Amino acid sequence: MTTTTDASLELPRPRKARATGLWRLWSSAQVRLGVTMLVGITILVIIAPFLAPHDMAAPVGRPYAPPSPEAWLGTDNLGRDVLSRVMSGGIYLAWMAPASALIAVSLGAAIALIAAYYGGWTDLILMRCMDVLLAFPGILLTLLCVSIFGPAPPLLVTLVVLTLMPGVARVIRGAALPLLRQEYVLWAKTVGTPGRVIITRELLPNVSSPLLVELGLRLSWSVAILSSMSFIGYGIQPPAADWGLMVAENGNGLGIQPYAVLAPILMIVLYTIGGALIAEGSARIIARTEGEA
Amino acid sequence: MAVGDVTEDRGYPLMSRLMPVLSKVLQGLLTLLAVSLLIFLAARSLRGDVANMILGPHALPDQVEQLRVQLGLNQPLWTQYINWLGGILHGDWGTSLASGRPVSESLVIGLRNSATLSAVALAVMLPTALVVGVVAAQYRDGLVDRIFLITSMIFNAVPEFVTGTILVAIFATTVVHWLPAVSFIPPGDSPISYPSALILPATTIIIPGVMYLSRLVRVAVIDVMTTEYIQTAVLKGLSPARILFLHALPNAIAPIIPAASLVAAFTIGGVVVVEYLFAYPGVGSALVDAVTNRDLPAIQAYVLVIASAYFFFNLIADALARK
Repeated sequence: MTTTTDASLELPRPRKARATGLWRLWSSAQVRLGVTMLVGITILVIIAPFLAPHDMAAPVGRPYAPPSPEAWLGTDNLGRDVLSRVMSGGIYLAWMAPASALIAVSLGAAIALIAAYYGGWTDLILMRCMDVLLAFPGILLTLLCVSIFGPAPPLLVTLVVLTLMPGVARVIRGAALPLLRQEYVLWAKTVGTPGRVIITRELLPNVSSPLLVELGLRLSWSVAILSSMSFIGYGIQPPAADWGLMVAENGNGLGIQPYAVLAPILMIVLYTIGGALIAEGSARIIARTEGEA
Repeated sequence: MAVGDVTEDRGYPLMSRLMPVLSKVLQGLLTLLAVSLLIFLAARSLRGDVANMILGPHALPDQVEQLRVQLGLNQPLWTQYINWLGGILHGDWGTSLASGRPVSESLVIGLRNSATLSAVALAVMLPTALVVGVVAAQYRDGLVDRIFLITSMIFNAVPEFVTGTILVAIFATTVVHWLPAVSFIPPGDSPISYPSALILPATTIIIPGVMYLSRLVRVAVIDVMTTEYIQTAVLKGLSPARILFLHALPNAIAPIIPAASLVAAFTIGGVVVVEYLFAYPGVGSALVDAVTNRDLPAIQAYVLVIASAYFFFNLIADALARK
């Protein structure tokens, strides 16, 4: 213990190489637009079920009726109000997608930083496990497990996490490896700072920008995977309203009542693009700062 | 220490070249083995026993027991795994519970249809991505380039079933009726003889692929165009077309090849949803059917085949990236 304090007295602490602030990413118009879109959709999706003009589960007219003053977007395959269902249909995605993305990015980052910092066997074993997961197309794993255990939302979130986590781990490990040669990390090691502290205090803040890129990207992928699962019938189950499910339910009526399909599609598109904008904007800012350095 | 690091045999130049490839293949086989074990265990933990599923809820207990012995379900789990894996290596993929026919029969048809769809999609995707990427790079930061970047971001983010459904709305139902919304292909026929049934599913795969690859082409071309080597060519007074096609493009293609192979792998993963959307008779829609019917042997077979194909292309991408 005493040696630690002695060493820290002798070695001048080097300055951090990079500013850690995520705020510089806010200067990107794309990031601002993406965040606004996601926040807007989330708020809308949470309050919309209370504002819906009709009961989303009860028929209001004949099936596939065109838009009318009664039902602004017409009715669906069972004569239910499309507008009310679109307004209620994002509630699952609104918590499942951010939850999947956040957990996947956190776990992926933790695994990546531990693997990168400790190296050797730890690195080999952790990253090889990630490779095995990557070797399995996400939709297959999800389909296989959902067919066994049934489409419970917590299981779906777990599966999306397993699908997205290995990719995050690879990217963040790549971003962390060069940091290990930085002076401030070498300094921390020399003065005997525990690995846990180096990882959380030195490495983590310096990969925060790539982490935000990953978060945006993985959020848009979670929405894609979750709505695809609903679409093929192994996600949210009827009679619940869900955008992916609505596309499947009303697909046959595309020729006569396209709004029943296009309205939920528009919502999925806006949601996925929100995440993609954050990822793209952040990546561009990072590339620009690295170009200047 | 990574396995790939054991390559510095200076005395054996051939060995040191072959070792990384061999170790990669070995690792690949081990991973595939792990995947097959995962599939086997997952399928075995399906609620209910295969014997119960075949005989239905009203079967007598000793009937079920007899069938269990017949199917080898009374053996230890890992003997069952070895038998299953051994069977697959001999071309015996088990018997479908839904149809009562060998799984390999429908597997061959599904594989041919899926492979045709993927091949057609890739054959169109790769050259298109090259052209789009080069054009975007030529108009770098201009209007065309900006439109391209926004479009490609959108189509990369949006799930395949959304792209596919929009295509159906435009070309098959709501706007015009030029193409069929459902890809009907008789089991005995090749999909090539039904081009109209192939167009929409293939396009659904092509669009996001082109959007992803052409971004890489764009960056690669921009990088090459700023090198001294191209600057010299410009100063020598060579025509822009000559510079682009003879000097820039060959150098820009190199970094794209592994990515193209990766896209091939993604195509296989995405094929499940696309095939389901168009009811295209390939391995993807067959898998969804098998899951719906809880057809265990078929689920195992389809998952293993799709995972192997996916893995194979990933391996190629990796090998190409390494070179």
